[in-house]
Amino acid sequence: MGESIRIELPLTQEKVASLKAGDSVLLNGVLYTGRDAAHKKMVEALERGEELPFDVRDQVIYFVGPAPPKPGQVIGSAGPTTSGRMDAYSPKLIERGLTGMIGKGLRSHEVIDSMKKHGAVYFGAIGGTGALLAKRIVSAEVVAYPELGPEAIRKLEVKDFPVMVVIDKDGNNLYETGKAQYRKE
Amino acid sequence: MLRSIHVDEITKAVERLCMEANYDLGEDVLSKFKENLEKEESPLGCEVYERLIENAKIAHEERVPMCQDTGMTVIFVEVGQDLHIQGGSLEEAINKGVALGYTNGYLRKSMVRDPFERENTGDNTPAIIHYEVVPGDTLKITVAPKGAGSENMGALKMCKPSEGLEGVIQFVVDTVDQAGGNPCPPIIVGVGVGGSMEKATYLAKKSLLRQAGEPHKEERLADIEREILRRVNNLGIGPQGFGGTTTALAVHLEVYPTHIASLPVAVNIQCHAARHKEIVLKGTLTGEGE
Repeated sequence: MGESIRIELPLTQEKVASLKAGDSVLLNGVLYTGRDAAHKKMVEALERGEELPFDVRDQVIYFVGPAPPKPGQVIGSAGPTTSGRMDAYSPKLIERGLTGMIGKGLRSHEVIDSMKKHGAVYFGAIGGTGALLAKRIVSAEVVAYPELGPEAIRKLEVKDFPVMVVIDKDGNNLYETGKAQYRKE
Repeated sequence: MLRSIHVDEITKAVERLCMEANYDLGEDVLSKFKENLEKEESPLGCEVYERLIENAKIAHEERVPMCQDTGMTVIFVEVGQDLHIQGGSLEEAINKGVALGYTNGYLRKSMVRDPFERENTGDNTPAIIHYEVVPGDTLKITVAPKGAGSENMGALKMCKPSEGLEGVIQFVVDTVDQAGGNPCPPIIVGVGVGGSMEKATYLAKKSLLRQAGEPHKEERLADIEREILRRVNNLGIGPQGFGGTTTALAVHLEVYPTHIASLPVAVNIQCHAARHKEIVLKGTLTGEGE
């Protein structure tokens, strides 16, 4: 793996345009957590014509449901969850200006089309490295839907949070190119 | 003489196993990481192995879960038929141990009470418990937390017998191919062939309790495991789906007699956090019986 690119959040369109599939990135600044239940609530709020609990413009959502913190910890283990379960909801948030998502695993054509149309990046974090990733989170605060427990929306401040650009705004997809490169038979 | 175990001892054992399974990745899995780090051709894939090894070390040393998905608590219980369990219900004792382990161990509670209503039970109970009655007078408990990312990628096919071995292998390989990076490769592929629908899925899950990469005792079946592993690793998915030559750490196959008209195949995919801890409780001798 080559040198990592340090990115300061928020993730503006200019920064989105600079990222290419396969880039190794260290994220710094504020991002938000959200997984199935929180996404469902956010999209339902939009359908009712209500505001989202935070302005998604130029923001990054991390698909994670952390473990509870031990005394003295900021957050418990916090690795990515499978992104495909958010596919039904992500385009609605991308339309509203969301520029980044962090998760693991495949995304649908609808999500990728929306990313290309509006300018967004899909990052992969290494699934199952929750203990390691939690150490790069310097603060965590529940900002919406506390009743959802591990699925509540949290505002996280991260320092050198390691991710990989899996799908860039032009639709280049590391899952496809990586697999094709090493596939045999 | 009769051996007996009090339910409190069972609760304590389950509590401890829940924590240890989530904090301490087995040496068998760690040595597979190291072995594959040498074999992997993709630099990104090698980077993934290095991070997995580092993550396991942090989890072990700091007593935190290696993955935030501390799973559904799948528990295999082998009850010796001559053993007496006293002081209450075995099932309640196990679930109490799970609740204590997940609460006191700061593990994530991921169980919802009803698949439609989806309200969290708050303590990760109920566990998924599989009982087996065996000869003897001991109690063996294996706690195997299973994350949903990999569990959701499993599949079952009721093959036609005419599809034969090749049909079975192709179904396993296709299942892994479609899963891509979702189940957190490098994976262990659990395969159950034969029996009925539920027997095949049970065998697939149970095969994951083997030491990672320990071949089937029957050479004929071990050969099939190696062939599936070769074909799975040829898919190119690689660690985390970033591309590479090592998609699986191992393939574990279990078989069972089946109906003349059936050839069930179940695939249970295990992520790289292949967690299971076991204990054999011997209980105490009491004067009663015989």
